[in-house]
Amino acid sequence: METATIAPPIKSEEYFINMGPQHPATHGVLRLLLTLDGEIIKKVEPDLGYIHRSIEKMCERNSYQQIIHLTDRLDYLSSHINNEAVCLAVEAALGVEVPERVKVVRTILDELIRISSHCLWWGVMGMDLGALTSYFYAFRDREMINDIFEETCGARLTMNYNVPGGLMHDIHPNFVARTREFLAHFKTKLPEYDRLLTDNVIFQKRTKGVGVLSRQDAIAFGASGPVGRASGYSCDVRVHHPYSALPKVTFKEALRTEGDSFARYQVRIQEMWESVAIIEQLIDAIPEGPHQVATDAVIKLPKGEFYQKVETARGELGVFIISTGTKNPYRLKFRSPGFSNLSLLNHIAVGGKIGDLVATMATLDLVIPDIDR
Amino acid sequence: MSYFTEIYHGVKTLLTGMRVTGRYFITSGKSAITQQYPDNRASLKMFDRFRGEVVMLHDENNEHSCTGCQKCELACPNGSIEIIWDRGVDPETGKKKKFIDKHIYHLGMCTQCGLCVQACPSNAIVWAQKFRKTRSTTEPS
Ligand code: SF4
Ligand code: SF4
Repeated sequence: METATIAPPIKSEEYFINMGPQHPATHGVLRLLLTLDGEIIKKVEPDLGYIHRSIEKMCERNSYQQIIHLTDRLDYLSSHINNEAVCLAVEAALGVEVPERVKVVRTILDELIRISSHCLWWGVMGMDLGALTSYFYAFRDREMINDIFEETCGARLTMNYNVPGGLMHDIHPNFVARTREFLAHFKTKLPEYDRLLTDNVIFQKRTKGVGVLSRQDAIAFGASGPVGRASGYSCDVRVHHPYSALPKVTFKEALRTEGDSFARYQVRIQEMWESVAIIEQLIDAIPEGPHQVATDAVIKLPKGEFYQKVETARGELGVFIISTGTKNPYRLKFRSPGFSNLSLLNHIAVGGKIGDLVATMATLDLVIPDIDR
Repeated sequence: MSYFTEIYHGVKTLLTGMRVTGRYFITSGKSAITQQYPDNRASLKMFDRFRGEVVMLHDENNEHSCTGCQKCELACPNGSIEIIWDRGVDPETGKKKKFIDKHIYHLGMCTQCGLCVQACPSNAIVWAQKFRKTRSTTEPS
């Protein structure tokens, strides 16, 4: 009998595909250049710059009051926290101590916007993985927060409510009642989030063990926020360098050790609970007092370098100001959490499937204007 | 986990999730969460502080309280406010005085930051809550 000749193995070739810049799973104008072998990812290269607006450069020609409204446009889902970062840096440089009332209101609003940001993330995360329902439920709850912001600050996303030395207006008379109403509502809805998505078997299978980031790598890549904490890296600025009213409150830093997409998911869900706890500690005792201390109409920082970091919903945002004593900064640099968190994408996505990349992207929770600036 | 326990467990979690959606399906009825926006235009009221557009208040004699101090122009980060002024003679004192000729607000450039309204010393400009800046051709203006 003749021996059958063994057919040569099918020759596979790597190929290249664009994900984005207009892809729903990149949540913005981010272009990922994927090198694939079949469905296996060999390389992910992010290509940035589609929404670059030279915000840092614009800051150099703006006064310190005007810079704040530009930070709304970095990570627009944490805009209030971004505003606060600049204000804290300017206040520290001027040596201005803001009233207690301002500190408490700032922290409450910080946590509210963190919940709202995580709500949006939770909704689109479900949507990315094929569960459209979560999107509507999250937006229903987020709407209440947006209303609180609209009533007190005048805008829903880009509020520009912080000014150096305090707040633009005092809080609205309805603020406390509305916030309490939201907390009561939200505490009944959060368990629903778990029943709907967290416990879902399909969801768990798609996120557990996907996009694993080790603690060493998290530190090496400069990961911060929920991404770092899911890998067991305790990096919460609110815990290690508390600002505003945070020294007065007690809360637990959400930490996991698995480092996979599901861990990042769980960290954010827990953070929502912690944020609720922080607001509850503050909302009943907002101190009376002025909502602003007067600063000069033209703010001139003393000569020197000033740095302030805060914890946004995505991680550590740093503001670095170099002042030469004039009314504009000589140079202003933002250390944005999204940029560092994106840098590790190639590391954790290689070897996985395209479908896993979507889950990984969703749990990194990138906001593209924050990366591009 | 054995094969069958896994199936049982999977079906159970799916049903738990469906109970949540099912409850809303039955209980929420027509009281949907969203607003029926274009239909509720007549009754829709924005919050007082909502930043729609900057307007200059005029009283019943069609007079405003703007002094032409240009503070809003200076406060604006992007040049959305332009003040064209002229020098004239104050009829009462006979001294030279700055008069405001035109106060131009470029809505298209405005980022709704609110700095101009904060800066105005005479409360001449305020926020209007109008957010709809277009008009359909079939509507009366
Ligand atoms: S709201 Fe801001 S951008 Fe708009 S005109 Fe006033 S200062 Fe300028
Ligand atoms: S700040 Fe007020 S008073 Fe001065 S020019 Fe502007 S609108 Fe007029």
